[in-house]
Amino acid sequence: MIRIEYYLIVSTLMFFIGIFGFITRKNMIAILISLELVLNAVEINFAAFNRYLFPERLEGMFFTLFGIAITAAETAVALAIIINAYRSIGNININNLTKMRG
Amino acid sequence: MNPIINLIIFALLGVAMLALSVMAITTKSLLRSATYLLFVLLCTAGFYLFLNYHFLAAVQVSVYAGGVVILFVFAIFLTTDKDEARIKGDIRRYIYGATTILAGIVLTAFIILKREYLYSDNKSMLGDKEIPIQQIGQALMGTDKYQYLLPFEILSILLLACIIGGLLIARKK
Repeated sequence: MIRIEYYLIVSTLMFFIGIFGFITRKNMIAILISLELVLNAVEINFAAFNRYLFPERLEGMFFTLFGIAITAAETAVALAIIINAYRSIGNININNLTKMRG
Repeated sequence: MNPIINLIIFALLGVAMLALSVMAITTKSLLRSATYLLFVLLCTAGFYLFLNYHFLAAVQVSVYAGGVVILFVFAIFLTTDKDEARIKGDIRRYIYGATTILAGIVLTAFIILKREYLYSDNKSMLGDKEIPIQQIGQALMGTDKYQYLLPFEILSILLLACIIGGLLIARKK
């Protein structure tokens, strides 16, 4: 029988792997990929708690559903910003991204 | 299904997911990173199937694997001419990152493992019972308590704002 702790441990490790990537990577797209890992870990937690605590209700499932949609929207806008930054400074390294104005 | 086989498949999925996450954030090539992310998301869909959320697994595969990863791949094609060069002098950044996540993992693992989960062997988890899609649809399209029409509509406005914002930001001057 799969216990709820197993889900929590996997999602915790994934969350912190995402945080590590968020801190150490220099490329903006790599940072966004790390952010996807973090959000994915959070969504696993919502679904697991819903399933184990209140299997007859659907709140956590809908949180996950809306979370997936919001993540997709956020990724689209972030990638548009990154492409725009690439057009103005020529690369997408965060060290070079000091002038966002104009 | 046999509980032991279930547990073995779950463990394989979890290990694959964590290994692929590590590979996704450590590889130098961005395209490989996006590919590993795709497999992490597919393993997550497997987790949702274990939780008997079939609809959620389908949404995960179609939205993430079909939408977000394709977006990533196109953005990588548009912005990357060669792989990310290793920048010198960022060893301090690794030390900070490792310290932060070690502290976080120790704290969270302590809290998770210290607790006793009374609902952890919930009998409804046995067997595979699919939630009827009719129930999901009625919860998504109603305005009563525990029904979600208003968040659904707000989400559609958010998506519209995203389309307009994305076009406005990314258009050529």
